[in-house]
Amino acid sequence: MTAPRDKLGRPVVVVTGMGIMTSLGAGKADNWAKLVAGESGIRTITRFPVDGLKTTMAGTVDFVSVDPFSSTGLSERMAELVTQEALEQAGIGAKADFPGPLFLAVAPVEVEWPQRRELGRAVGKPDFTYDDLLRISGGGKYAAYHHRFMFGSVAAHLAETFGTKGSPISLSTACASGATSIQLGVEAIRRGETDAALCVATDGTVNPEAMVRFSLLSALSTQNDPPQAASRPFSKNRDGFVMAEGAGALVLESYEAATARGAKILGVIAGCGELTDSFHRTRSSPDGKPIIGCMNKTLADAGMTTDQIDHINAHGTATPENDKMEYNTTSAVFGELLQKIPVTSNKSMVGHTISAAGAVEAIFSLLTLEHQRIPPTINYDTPDPTILFDVVGNKARDARVTAVMSNSFGFGGQNASLILTREPA
Amino acid sequence: MTDTASKPGQTEVWITGIGLATSLGEGLEANWAALQEKRINVDEKGFAPYIVHPLMPVSFDAQIPKKGDQRQMEAWQRIGTYAAGLALDSAGIKGNKDILSKIDMVVAAGGGERDLNVDTGVLTAEAKGANAPGFLNERLMSDLRPTLFLAQLSNLLAGNIAIVHGLGGTSRTFMGEEVAGADAARIALARIASGESDIALVGGSHNGERKDLMVLYEFGDFNLKDKFAPVWARKDHAGFALGSAGAFLVLESKAHAQARGAKPFARLSSVVADLARRKQPGDMAVTLEKLWAKLPKREGKGAIITGATGAEPATSEERGFLKGHADFPVRSTGTMFGHTMETQFPLGIALAALSISRGALFPPNDSTGTEIEMQGAPTQIVVVGAGHWRGEGMALVEAVS
Repeated sequence: MTAPRDKLGRPVVVVTGMGIMTSLGAGKADNWAKLVAGESGIRTITRFPVDGLKTTMAGTVDFVSVDPFSSTGLSERMAELVTQEALEQAGIGAKADFPGPLFLAVAPVEVEWPQRRELGRAVGKPDFTYDDLLRISGGGKYAAYHHRFMFGSVAAHLAETFGTKGSPISLSTACASGATSIQLGVEAIRRGETDAALCVATDGTVNPEAMVRFSLLSALSTQNDPPQAASRPFSKNRDGFVMAEGAGALVLESYEAATARGAKILGVIAGCGELTDSFHRTRSSPDGKPIIGCMNKTLADAGMTTDQIDHINAHGTATPENDKMEYNTTSAVFGELLQKIPVTSNKSMVGHTISAAGAVEAIFSLLTLEHQRIPPTINYDTPDPTILFDVVGNKARDARVTAVMSNSFGFGGQNASLILTREPA
Repeated sequence: MTDTASKPGQTEVWITGIGLATSLGEGLEANWAALQEKRINVDEKGFAPYIVHPLMPVSFDAQIPKKGDQRQMEAWQRIGTYAAGLALDSAGIKGNKDILSKIDMVVAAGGGERDLNVDTGVLTAEAKGANAPGFLNERLMSDLRPTLFLAQLSNLLAGNIAIVHGLGGTSRTFMGEEVAGADAARIALARIASGESDIALVGGSHNGERKDLMVLYEFGDFNLKDKFAPVWARKDHAGFALGSAGAFLVLESKAHAQARGAKPFARLSSVVADLARRKQPGDMAVTLEKLWAKLPKREGKGAIITGATGAEPATSEERGFLKGHADFPVRSTGTMFGHTMETQFPLGIALAALSISRGALFPPNDSTGTEIEMQGAPTQIVVVGAGHWRGEGMALVEAVS
């Protein structure tokens, strides 16, 4: 029916397995049911005291236990669970023997406050300096913390557990990380280095310092009550994003390899694109050119034109600047066609899963293609009159969807887009 | 195993720019001169009992003209942004908007540079009884500099390089300690060799003068203490001395380089990497042998530049591997530059390319006999990078024929 190669002569890259976890729950079935029902996973934080914080809610994943708890440990556990789900669906390789490399989007790792406090207590006197902390760190008592807080620790654990091949790559492109992990997998397959790749993105970093860091940059919503109404993409009264946890895993394969083994094809990664914005550390270039260029690059990579995109899964963080910039740039790319393209932001319900968002939203986009139903953007009661997207507001919408563009933009000028389709073009 | 060797029909990839800012100095001349003189810059006192290779002071203004930009970065980002600028200068593309607007970037980075005063302040207050539920939150809200976060984020080294030097292609940041540097080179090479990219900036930077990092490595007893010794002479006194360095390379397809008249230092022929399980003694050496076998055939005058850390058991395992290839003179960047973590592998490639272009390997600096003199010009240098805890990488740098 279709050629194993795309218009540019490269192997077509398909998805044969997906696993997902968000504050809405574990697994595709649960997440999808809640997503199309317009449920929010945002709640008041109970994991740690919120006294003194401006923002007291988040999309935490509280139903996964990790002992001893650390954000990195939670990221790892979620990544493991979503990978299991994806591999079960794909039915690829053997147990602990995945036939390809791992590309992992993961939050930057560092020693966390519980461990730092443990060290502080171990000094055993009220007045001390950092040198005192350093002096008691050795001797093997805290060896496990070295292993835990290596940047490569999560990827190494996944590589060993699932038997991925070669050197696993841990990457960060901030809020675009999830999309970048997919892009790296697509590129490896297109180059012919491998027939399959495991692309995983995970973020479990709702902790006090992470909340404070984003708060100090005025990036977080402070509409704490009720928490479910805090994330308001494209609304006039949006005031920031809501931090959230989650993970997504995708098994990518060449179309040829997938069909040869009779795998069910869940969708196609038709195109990926990426373009750096060198304007500012946290703000987009006012002319939007890098984002416009990123979307155009992605269309070109997919060999598609704007009239072939019939849904946009927006980055839609609900920060005042992002949503406005996203509308301006998207409308510059799509022109009048944009009126007919339904747009939604999953972040209205699951919050912003930061390093995981690109993969989480790619999976939601693929589920949208599968179910021919677009999840809503909830809390859309007061549309921003300057954002003229056809927002799928508050209620899921049945629609004919053949190609979805999913966008991710991050601090550090990171822009990445994906185009996902049901069938190879 | 993952590998990126140039395959038939794939384009040749040249190293056309090198930027170095290290404990030995700034730029290729200063680093080369120090290597020739076997001059090592270690500080045994400032962080005693721990030893570091401190950055030779540079004038950051020369590559990061806006003070505002410098203020937005912590040291590791300033070092990297500086070295990246030197690499662009070296390749002759600094300020070349046509090229910089499309150059691809793959950066190997750590991150998380902390404000030690804030951390110590919180912990001592708690030791004195501060225990209100919101104490930590309130202190962090009031004490953390709002922009510190941006100086901590791993991908903001790439972000700062893009801002300061005007880069507008793709930007990817790899993490994961030593092997992240090998993977950055591996992916950049693969993208150029396959035609996905024409030119890329690859490298990393590290600030070794950081007590917060020393705490992390002290957890595993990895810091070298009390007295400096060359990497190979640390068997009974194991550990690494953190080093400060930025090392960046401009990689470019032969056709792209020739079209603009750029001269190569050397050719990057292959980069391979793997993750040994390191459960049993010998596991790592087996992986190194496998990587060695995956490199293209070596027929020329060869040498090895390794980033061996001095940590055990990794260094002893690697020494065993090297003994099996004793016809290749060995040089250790860890002895000369300290351990610069994510930066060590790009630094190794840089020194390999420099040695090839200068027609001589730099002299040995070792009392154990692991490093021997080399006569004549090397034409093939294997760069080895085995992490102190995990991750193994290898590259082949060759003279352009």
